[in-house]
Amino acid sequence: MKEKAQFEEDLKRLQKIVEELASGKLTLGESLKKYEEGIKLAQGCSATLNEAQRKVELLMKKDGKFALEKFNTDSEEGKR
Amino acid sequence: MPKETADLFFVPQKPEPGRRIYSVSEITQDIKLIMESSFGEVWLEGEVSNFKAYPSGHFYFTLKDAQAVLAAVIFSRMNRDLKFKIEDGLKVICFGKIDVYPPRGQYQFIVERIEPKGIGAQQLAFEQLKKKLSKEGLFEAAHKRPLPLMPFRIGIVTSTAGAALRDILQILKNGSPASDVVIRPVRVQGESAAAEIAAAVADLNQYQQIDAIIISRGGGSSEDLWSFNEEIVARAIYGSSIPTISAVGHQINVTLADLVADVFVETPSAAAKIIVEKRNAILADLNSYRYELYNFVIETVHGLRNQLTALRHALKSPLDRLLEKQQLLDELQVALAQQLRHYLQLVGERASSLIQRLQALSPLAVLARGYSLTMLWPGAEIVKEATQLEPGAKVKTVLAKGSFISSVQEVS
Repeated sequence: MKEKAQFEEDLKRLQKIVEELASGKLTLGESLKKYEEGIKLAQGCSATLNEAQRKVELLMKKDGKFALEKFNTDSEEGKR
Repeated sequence: MPKETADLFFVPQKPEPGRRIYSVSEITQDIKLIMESSFGEVWLEGEVSNFKAYPSGHFYFTLKDAQAVLAAVIFSRMNRDLKFKIEDGLKVICFGKIDVYPPRGQYQFIVERIEPKGIGAQQLAFEQLKKKLSKEGLFEAAHKRPLPLMPFRIGIVTSTAGAALRDILQILKNGSPASDVVIRPVRVQGESAAAEIAAAVADLNQYQQIDAIIISRGGGSSEDLWSFNEEIVARAIYGSSIPTISAVGHQINVTLADLVADVFVETPSAAAKIIVEKRNAILADLNSYRYELYNFVIETVHGLRNQLTALRHALKSPLDRLLEKQQLLDELQVALAQQLRHYLQLVGERASSLIQRLQALSPLAVLARGYSLTMLWPGAEIVKEATQLEPGAKVKTVLAKGSFISSVQEVS
């Protein structure tokens, strides 16, 4: 499930890690640890963006309540 | 007297059976009949002034031109359909009938249709509304919300029948396959369209789980876009707490929805492309982050490796040091021996030359030439002068080889 908040947080954390490594003030051990964490975050964010499992739905309102219905996209049926 | 004055203005008339004396009402009625039947329904053009809308709902104003004025009224049941606001100074074309209002002895014009001159009613209404909303600050850049970094759930307000939705979905499918789409279908043309559009924006806001809303026209750019110019739509978009992208109007036809939205693009495809570009930008950033991470670690490792090598070079093994010192010692020894030899040679040379000189000066050398040395005996005082001797004294004479003792015979 894509969490927008989590995604943005991960991206921010990744930026921070890159800055820390750039500063050159880390020990070798710390550098390697941060590197690993950074790579993991980058992979995670990429995977999230590349996930091709999207939903296209119609928002309907019945008696004041919301309900999602599947939307038939005929054009999507045609395979590339 | 009055009679004479009346005579001056007296117009001769056909003789009547009796003199007709009208009452005010009667003459007014006649006037009313004559006026109303003469004109019937007419088209009028003039400028609005002294406009006042009464609590009753009726509008009263004057139509004027350079030389005359004419009282006018639009009754409430007529002005309900009015699209634009009637303001003083507005030039209008009206259709209606001339009417006499007996209680005031006034003639007036009852307006049945009114249009602005030189511009469509709808267009005028649009411009008036645009001015009003602009004054309220609905179009202010400062009010516009930024789009989220990456919209994962996109709301779309548009017609499901149009080509626009198809285009948006296709572009999103290819360019941002991770984004979910929630469509709130509406009519985009016709009477009820504006209300539906406004409600749809509000509904998506109420549903909440949406990162950005695209409001789009249904199809081609020649579509009737007037529903997007209604006040209710503009206010709904302005009131949206979820960022909005409007893809309704275009260059020559910007709608109020476009002006109020947080982002305005000219085609539905462009709206979808915004999201695709955001995704691509982040992917590019992720790539450079990976690259930077790798580089920085490599740099760090290289730096440390270089340090290590430098230290290793600075640090020599004890064996190496010993060998070094031994080599130094050897070299010194050779040098020393050389110096010593040299010195001895020099000294030797000097010694031999001194010896030679010494030999030359040696008294023995003198004796070898035949001289002798005479000394008093005993004693050892060398005799240099004859006065040192007396006859009978004993002397020792040293020769080159041997010596003898003799006594002095004579002294001279």
